[in-house]
Amino acid sequence: MAGRGGRGRGRGHMTFNVEAVGIGKGEALPPPTLQPSPLFPPLDYKAVPLQMGEEVDYMLALKQELRGAMKNLPYFIKPVAPKKDVERYSDKYQMSGPIENAIDWNPDWRQLPRELKIRVRKLRKERATVVIPKRKQQLPADKEETIKKLETLEKKEEEVTSEEEEKEGEEEEGKEEEGEEYDEEEYEEETDYIMSYFDNGEDFGADSDDNMDEAIY
Amino acid sequence: MTQAEIKLCSLLLQEHFGEIVDKIGTHLIQAGSQPLRMITHDTGMSPDQVKKALCVLIQHNLVTYQLQKRGFVEYEAQCDRVLRILRYPRYIYTAKTLYSDTGELIVEELLLNGKMAMSAVVQKVADRLTETMEDGKTMDYSEVSNTFVRLADTHFIQRCPLVPEASGPSDAPPPPAPTLVVNEMEMYMVPKLNLVGKGKRRHSCDDDGNDEPKTKKQKQDTDSKETSSEIVRTMLRMSEVTTSSSAPSTQPLSSNEIFRSLPTGYNISKQVLDQYLTLLADDPLEFVGKHGESGGGMFVINLYKALTSLATATLESVVQERFGSRCARIFRLLLQKKHLEQKQVEDFAMIPAKEAKDMLYKMLSENIVSLQEIPKTPDHAPSRTFYLYTVKTLAFARMLLHRCYKSVANLIERRQYETKENKRLLEKSQRVEAILASMQATGAEEAQLQEIEEMITAPERQQLESLKRNVNKIDASENQVDETIFILESYIDSTVKRI
Repeated sequence: MAGRGGRGRGRGHMTFNVEAVGIGKGEALPPPTLQPSPLFPPLDYKAVPLQMGEEVDYMLALKQELRGAMKNLPYFIKPVAPKKDVERYSDKYQMSGPIENAIDWNPDWRQLPRELKIRVRKLRKERATVVIPKRKQQLPADKEETIKKLETLEKKEEEVTSEEEEKEGEEEEGKEEEGEEYDEEEYEEETDYIMSYFDNGEDFGADSDDNMDEAIY
Repeated sequence: MTQAEIKLCSLLLQEHFGEIVDKIGTHLIQAGSQPLRMITHDTGMSPDQVKKALCVLIQHNLVTYQLQKRGFVEYEAQCDRVLRILRYPRYIYTAKTLYSDTGELIVEELLLNGKMAMSAVVQKVADRLTETMEDGKTMDYSEVSNTFVRLADTHFIQRCPLVPEASGPSDAPPPPAPTLVVNEMEMYMVPKLNLVGKGKRRHSCDDDGNDEPKTKKQKQDTDSKETSSEIVRTMLRMSEVTTSSSAPSTQPLSSNEIFRSLPTGYNISKQVLDQYLTLLADDPLEFVGKHGESGGGMFVINLYKALTSLATATLESVVQERFGSRCARIFRLLLQKKHLEQKQVEDFAMIPAKEAKDMLYKMLSENIVSLQEIPKTPDHAPSRTFYLYTVKTLAFARMLLHRCYKSVANLIERRQYETKENKRLLEKSQRVEAILASMQATGAEEAQLQEIEEMITAPERQQLESLKRNVNKIDASENQVDETIFILESYIDSTVKRI
């Protein structure tokens, strides 16, 4: 109470002996802070230059290479590209880049929880639920065999594909092996057209003109 | 986890794994241990994306999972593992200096992929080395395997925990998540693979054990005398495998052992070695300590003391660069004398009173020094109390570490900003380079090449140059700050009591 009367008169009285901390009698204190400190306070002393040398340069190169390499690995999950303008019929039959819901690499599933496995239906969802029972009943034995033969002939070294698993009626593990070419044959997609029919010319000319030998009209 | 650490983790994840992984990883770091449903619910992303991201994070050892008693799996993020991403270039460089290019590539492949089977690593590295060799020469698998085994022996790489062999009946449904068992004995065992072959462009092998990289402490001896530094280096090398990373000191080594293990180039006599060891043990820095007399004298390296000295040197250097050499003098004085009064500081430092006062207050306001009250009377009357200045190294180190994290985060953000500003220009130059390369491959004329090159104008070229310079500078700064982070983190860890 008594102290409040002294506001403004003189410097104000502290609870401890101000001289002990070093503020002499009658000395001016620095002005009070009325705003937050500036975003880039002025530097009293300029910073020491960076380290130089072979080691530093090499590590710099390593760092930048590492960053670049990681961007191209399958571990870098790119956000789903937004659909351009209008939905088109051919979208259904076009290869939509990396299969959206699958992982492009093969982890050791023995060491991961089962719930993290993504079940992918390679063929369209709507068809899968309809096709499975139909196929089970309708496909006569010989047709199955022919198809099986064709498949084994074509994809000798590839892993089990969705076709075979669909016949068993089980869910699939949809991961594409590298080197497996996406089948563009008719019977895979159940259309009467081969996949290149659905190319809408977007990719034409976008590829870099690597082969200048062929003339482009 | 401080805000600065979380921010830095988020930036690192985003740069290396993309935004989706960044979002999920950051959420896990902030939220702690969570099951899949909650993660999906809290982040609002599609379950497939969450699963993909978790697979990536687990593959890279950034997230661990645990099967809870009630049958669901909880995921937990390791924030300090994420921060280690900053140090990957240093790991690769260390492997290169010790195990040459083969070692470098092995460590790089493992860091890029998180976990890999030995056969896959060997095959990939051999292929990469073959591509850089001259035509006709190939890299043999056995050489790569040997380097791999050496890396495992010195604990650079480590085996991942395995699923234990199924002991129950085989028709029981498999558990939702395996319980991984870390077999201490097998951590550094390398499977006996019969890898015969040479590097080719394409090949395939079968899987076996898995491995993950581990850190190696890079010790730097501040002693200027070359021989004594060589001795300490030898001692460290001998203790590499026997010392755990959190031990206060190495195992005692006898002087005879050290003499035998000195590198062959050094021919100093036994007496000279003994003299050096005695000198080192008596040195006030206390890096080396004498442990006993058997075997010609047993010596240890005091890791904790060494870390403290390194950290203190870092702190001193920071004070000197930020506040000037006089402040640094006061700082060193306080470190040496522990507690001093205002008057004593002025006297010992031989700095005029006004300036000394000014500097002390500046450092006090930045929390570098702190005040300690010592009351003379029980009522703590201010006029009858001593006020002593002191330096709390641990607190200061923590504060500095926090600042380092902030700095790196700022650096990364600034680099991303610079790159984004010039995105258009960068893309253009990349396209031009691609065109140039393809034209050169198909043998175009000089005039055509000139024309393509001129597509980038001179001021644009200058802009590109300055952009490249800035990005390089920022990257180099990040590496340098990471060194400081390493020293400070090691020091702070060494002070934490272990149960």
